[in-house]
Amino acid sequence: MIETTWNPFFDGWIVAVAAACALACAIPGCLLVLRRQSMMGDALSHAVLPGIAIGFLVTGSRANWIMFTGAILAALLTVFLTQWLGRRARVDPGAAMGVVFTTLFALGIVLIVRGANSVELEPHCVLYGALELAPLDLVRILGVAVPRAFVVLAVVLIANLVVVGLFFKEFRLAIFDPALASALGLRPGLMHYLLMSLTAVTTVAAFEAVGSIIVVAMLVVPAAAAKLLARSLAGMLAWACGLALVTAVLGHWSAVQIPHWFGLGSVPTSGAMATVAGGLLLGILVLAPREGVVAHQGRRWSFFVRSNCEDLLALAWRLEERGAAGSAGELLQRLRSARGTNRLVLHFCLARLVRRDLLRREGALLGLTDHGREEAGRVVRSHRLWETWLARTAGLASDHVHETAMRLEHVTDEVMRRRLASESGGPEVDPHGRPIPGDEAE
Amino acid sequence: MREVDGPKEPVETGPPPFSEHSADSPLSIHAMTVAYDRRPVLWDVDLDIPPGSLVGIVGPNGAGKSTLVKAAIDLVPTLSGRVRIFGKPFQSRRRMVGYVPQRESVDWEFPVTVLDVACMGLYDRIGWCRRVNRAAKERGMEALERVGLADFADRQIARLSGGQQQRTFLARALVQDAHLYLMDEPFAAVDAATEESIVELLRELRSTGRTAVVVHHDLQTVRRYFDHVLLLNTRVVAFGPTEEVFTPEHLQATYSGKLTLLEEASEALSKHGSSP
Repeated sequence: MIETTWNPFFDGWIVAVAAACALACAIPGCLLVLRRQSMMGDALSHAVLPGIAIGFLVTGSRANWIMFTGAILAALLTVFLTQWLGRRARVDPGAAMGVVFTTLFALGIVLIVRGANSVELEPHCVLYGALELAPLDLVRILGVAVPRAFVVLAVVLIANLVVVGLFFKEFRLAIFDPALASALGLRPGLMHYLLMSLTAVTTVAAFEAVGSIIVVAMLVVPAAAAKLLARSLAGMLAWACGLALVTAVLGHWSAVQIPHWFGLGSVPTSGAMATVAGGLLLGILVLAPREGVVAHQGRRWSFFVRSNCEDLLALAWRLEERGAAGSAGELLQRLRSARGTNRLVLHFCLARLVRRDLLRREGALLGLTDHGREEAGRVVRSHRLWETWLARTAGLASDHVHETAMRLEHVTDEVMRRRLASESGGPEVDPHGRPIPGDEAE
Repeated sequence: MREVDGPKEPVETGPPPFSEHSADSPLSIHAMTVAYDRRPVLWDVDLDIPPGSLVGIVGPNGAGKSTLVKAAIDLVPTLSGRVRIFGKPFQSRRRMVGYVPQRESVDWEFPVTVLDVACMGLYDRIGWCRRVNRAAKERGMEALERVGLADFADRQIARLSGGQQQRTFLARALVQDAHLYLMDEPFAAVDAATEESIVELLRELRSTGRTAVVVHHDLQTVRRYFDHVLLLNTRVVAFGPTEEVFTPEHLQATYSGKLTLLEEASEALSKHGSSP
């Protein structure tokens, strides 16, 4: 049995490093997602490798500023080459990016394996990171021992916050509408390269923590989820940061705790973070208030119910028009054969109409209340106006218009009815010769 | 630099002298040729827009209508010729020009509110690295009121109808308080109410001495909306007051005259990769 003991020092710092990493990535990530260049994060995180390797080979030092300088130069080269190749070779940007970053990455790997040939730059660490080892590599800041990775990531996080904060409105305009940004003299091209530099620095800083594969998840996933929830750019950044924090904490917790429940040893935190982030995105995709699957299905369901209610009312109105009244069973039978709606749904709708005092039970029969008659008259009016308009103005055959009108009557409001009437020349009967009910309010 | 420096050009190939340009023309284009990927799409455009006019640009698809507007404000490079805005190059006249791009040119799912977008027209005046301040937001609100969107200020742009989105763009141009407005298809796919309100706004601008140049696609409404019309098909077919220029003969020339030779030459130029 493997024991999990939470060590405040180790686990605390692992979470802190993970959080700094996720937060640092979330900020440029938002801008990349909005620029529809999420994969640029992937490309840059790989393509910076030769820059780092060359920096190391030339200076023999693994000092942070050399790595970052090499990474920025390699990133800018990647962006430039991608654009140039896309233009010259006339391939789509995705293909150009794929060619450039894989080539540079391969070059970087070769340089590291052949040239560096040392434990200090290890391909394995570049790919997967070593979050768990972070608390072993300490530096002293103001007399306190702090993991080096945390210091680096915190500095990058602050730099990202400062740069995006300073150029907040410039980024917003350059990404939303580069043409206007350029017309106003706000240099969208410059902003693009600035964003790419931020991304490059961030991915390099995140390397050691989570590696160059998971870093893409940190860049893209919280940002993509935040986009579903926010209605302003500041809101999106805030949501992305919040989700990044949750990812870090929950990620480390689940890396240690969940395998423990099954009697297994802990899994890498970076992988668990990416999994948690994906889970969060999925959850938000389902539950997001406006764009979520649940909200979407809810809207569909309420429209479906409303359509069926309106059909029931209109049917009762038409029976009344012919001087008849139907029993509940008859109404439902007719609608079922016309629309093929499920019997349960129709009973639900019927109960709702009675509850809302639009239909009234009169013994075995169903009759319209005054209020219900008004409501039903509007639906029938919409229906017959559409039939008339479709036949007269749109020139459809008059025996074809019923089905279309059935669909359109449920999305027709007062304004539209008035326009339909005026465009068909104020008709009094529909193409089948039945009178179009008037509406006092219109 | 796209500007051709007159005196340095050899006499035979250089453009004629620019003396005919009037400094008070809001938009004066001279001998402008524009190419994408070295393939010319607009040939030798000469144009002097009179101040205080409403100009419609009409022509078939691919005639270069949008390109003309974009080239006027340096969004696409020109091969030759020069553009003057009130007598000066665009770089020194940015504040006098309001640009309304095509609605489809941006991502309407972008997380910004209607007021955010309206205020974007002021970003150059606010200055680099400064926040959008209260004064800018007040001007944004005023512009939204003018286009009837004040109630939607806090709404995300994704939740607007097409017509409302177009009016948001107009509000953004209005806050610029420009003297020359360049609008790319503002009437495309908008509802009747929005169309009327845009027309009203254009007339309001004209009555205060502003000039608007509008890419337009509906030939039916050209006479009603515009006092000047530019008929374009990879070159200027005709330009002038609408009642003189908007004739069946000119329309025929604009819409049917395929300049096959010119197209073949363009093709050849793009293949050889050389500038004309």
